[in-house]
Amino acid sequence: MPFSLLKYGLRARHASFRDIPLTPELKRSYDVVVIGGGGHGLAAAYYLSNVHGIRNIAVLEKGYLAGGNTARNTTTIRSNYMTEESIRFYKEGVELFETMSRDLGFNVMFSQRGQLTLAHSEATLRSFHLRAEMGKHVGTRIEVVDVQTVKELCPHLNLDLGGQHEVIGGLWHADGGTARHDAVAWGYAKHASERGVEIHQRTEVTGFERAGDRVTHIKTNRGTTAAGQVLQAVGGLNGQVAAMAGIKLPIRCFPLQAMVTQPLKPFLHILVSSANLHTYLVQSSRGEVVIGGGSDPYQLASTRSTLDQKEHLAEGALHLFPFLHKVKLLRQWAGITDMTPDYSPIMGASPLQNYWLDCGWGTWGFKATPVAGKRMAETIASGRVPDVLRPFDLRRFDSFALLNEMGATAASH
Amino acid sequence: MKLLTCPVNGPRNITEFQYLGPVCAASAEQPEQLIESLFYAENPLGVMREWWRHTPSNTVFVAERHTVSDQILATYLPSRKPA
Repeated sequence: MPFSLLKYGLRARHASFRDIPLTPELKRSYDVVVIGGGGHGLAAAYYLSNVHGIRNIAVLEKGYLAGGNTARNTTTIRSNYMTEESIRFYKEGVELFETMSRDLGFNVMFSQRGQLTLAHSEATLRSFHLRAEMGKHVGTRIEVVDVQTVKELCPHLNLDLGGQHEVIGGLWHADGGTARHDAVAWGYAKHASERGVEIHQRTEVTGFERAGDRVTHIKTNRGTTAAGQVLQAVGGLNGQVAAMAGIKLPIRCFPLQAMVTQPLKPFLHILVSSANLHTYLVQSSRGEVVIGGGSDPYQLASTRSTLDQKEHLAEGALHLFPFLHKVKLLRQWAGITDMTPDYSPIMGASPLQNYWLDCGWGTWGFKATPVAGKRMAETIASGRVPDVLRPFDLRRFDSFALLNEMGATAASH
Repeated sequence: MKLLTCPVNGPRNITEFQYLGPVCAASAEQPEQLIESLFYAENPLGVMREWWRHTPSNTVFVAERHTVSDQILATYLPSRKPA
């Protein structure tokens, strides 16, 4: 590698190249059509083309590549969930992130720095013990820590001793980390398109043609194409796209807002979150402090921001790190989250034979980008839902087999 | 500040209100509609009827709101639905 890099550097002429080809004309038919050019859809296209040998694939993206929730999340990667099924699934996701830069030959800037969730009450601490024991059982690195350890992990933190939000302990998840969201999507897109996957940007699905319980054709603003298999992974529009295919999903949309500060020297070496304050912070590799928190209080399909939510985020951030009080905000934004009743995603089969769902990713989708893509690709290639995905079936709501993950995040609920 | 008009107390800051979710067509009383009423709430791109509560006065009422523009079109007490 160093020699080839040196040779490349000394070469007089450098051929330019594109990571992602221009959008081609829509063909008349594809073996697989992936609706949604975000991280999940691109990861699925990558695994289908690079692992399962299916190359006649189109990814249809309404806007630009990875410009929806892939661009709007706060890039937390972790597996500290509550149920065994979830932890097993998310653990696989974290492991895929650990080798992703090498696997893709694309620097996704994965930084496994650990996540600390703060407990401000005995009740929270009890729920942390439950999560820690379940996590250990499945084989993740997770433990409940005391205040002294919290202090060592994050010396700048305001422990608010004797105050309303006194820190009495924490949940330390050493597997937790962060990565560059755009690079994850671009890395998958690059390697998928190298294997012949067509990425169609500015291509909006407008309807479906069905024959019995199969989708035969997909109508778009750029023409109609036939599809052998279809994967739907469209984030905030999952309810609407599924409805066009005649499928009803148990999804409600809420905006989730976040913001970043101006770049600062590195001071925050871990991910910190607080359930009581509905706030979490992470310092990006550019030095910006990313601040995220709770969802908006009512259903909405608009990415507008509100002063109320931003003040709330700032309040939480200042409570944890009072010295940030003069720091300026650089950017703020919102994304539309597709929330399910049990705060777990919907993956696997739909009521249609050749239509597969990767939906209901709410506020927790980024960390699952590689594993959802890998397992959905396996599902489509084999026609069989793997065991690790079975608990996330859409039909779980009919049988009350919910997978409750409410409270498994410091963020929104 | 976003305002929401309480049918009893008039226009108030929306932070004084609690969102109670969409008015569900399915009834939890009917066994065959139970799952529908529990899990399959309305999620339109458009006007939605929904329950709200003015917290200080404990007034529960219905609002019609557009989920894309966030514009509140009407609010009324459930017993006095306008024609």
